[in-house]
Amino acid sequence: MKLYRRQRHRVLQIVTKLIIPFVLLFALYVQFHGDYGPGGGFQAGVIFASAFVLHGLIFGLQRTRQVITPSMLRVLMALGVLIYLGTGIVSMLLGGNLLDYDFLAHDPKHGQHWGIFAVELGVGVTVTAVMISLFYSFASKR
Amino acid sequence: MELLVTVVLLTFLVAIVIGIIVLRDLLAGVILLGLYSLIAAGIFVVMDAVDVAFTEAAVGSGISTILFLGALSFTKHEQKPRGHDSLLVVVFVVLTGGLLIYGTLDMPHYGDPNSPAQTHPEHTQHYLYKSPDETGMPNVVTSVLASYRGYDTLGEVVVVFTAGIAVLSILGLIRRRPEDEVPEDAPGDLPSTGESDSEQSL
Repeated sequence: MKLYRRQRHRVLQIVTKLIIPFVLLFALYVQFHGDYGPGGGFQAGVIFASAFVLHGLIFGLQRTRQVITPSMLRVLMALGVLIYLGTGIVSMLLGGNLLDYDFLAHDPKHGQHWGIFAVELGVGVTVTAVMISLFYSFASKR
Repeated sequence: MELLVTVVLLTFLVAIVIGIIVLRDLLAGVILLGLYSLIAAGIFVVMDAVDVAFTEAAVGSGISTILFLGALSFTKHEQKPRGHDSLLVVVFVVLTGGLLIYGTLDMPHYGDPNSPAQTHPEHTQHYLYKSPDETGMPNVVTSVLASYRGYDTLGEVVVVFTAGIAVLSILGLIRRRPEDEVPEDAPGDLPSTGESDSEQSL
């Protein structure tokens, strides 16, 4: 997959610039509204990554690499799993079982809310990072 | 009406699969795969599984199409013409397909009132009616995925993570060449080798 030349496709570039913020915002909506409607970390992560894929297709991979570097992605990939597992371990330390969110707050319902929020965040971070780095490695062939 | 929509969508699926098998052009095959996922997402919506439909639309027809296109740039767009299919291959494919169909035979039909989920309602009813009280989540899918079955989802995240690590360790090594490290000052002057090739692919 080659990069588009910068001087051509001016219309695509401008439209992309307009679209990307909305894609990111929609991903955040899907991420944090997953408790109430359809969505969650997996879907939100993919949508968030698709904004970067779009950027990479239109503006060239080098520029996207400056926005979010591969080494950052490697850290984020692990960070998501750590957030998830950390939530489970914190709930263990507070007296429950692994991933038993009832103990995260005084009210079990609040604990569940916080636990699911943290866990979905971990899912979203890992999925985003993995999807973008998959795109990087597939697209950076010369 | 719902039946009609389902029948039409399923017919589309079959037509797309036949198209994928027949076509020699891999690029067209990839695009058809994306279309397949989109229509599958439509079927999931008809079956009231919006969360699954959402995932199918985002992953199946979105990201995987892009990744397939990226993989295509490693190879050619045209499938090599094969001389003849050996008998062994045909037997193996038919056997595997037959086994898969046989495996679905003892699954309950869609909406079957005698399925285990209906004849032992205490489990399904528990999630449907108790989950708002126990987790405070209006969306039962999220509460099952992240709370009741949080351990499974942890496994899924680790699978995604492992897949990412595996791809990086295989393909990331190719990328680590010195000329890739040169920062690009003038993106308008990209080397144009194989450019016409790629613009077709996008």
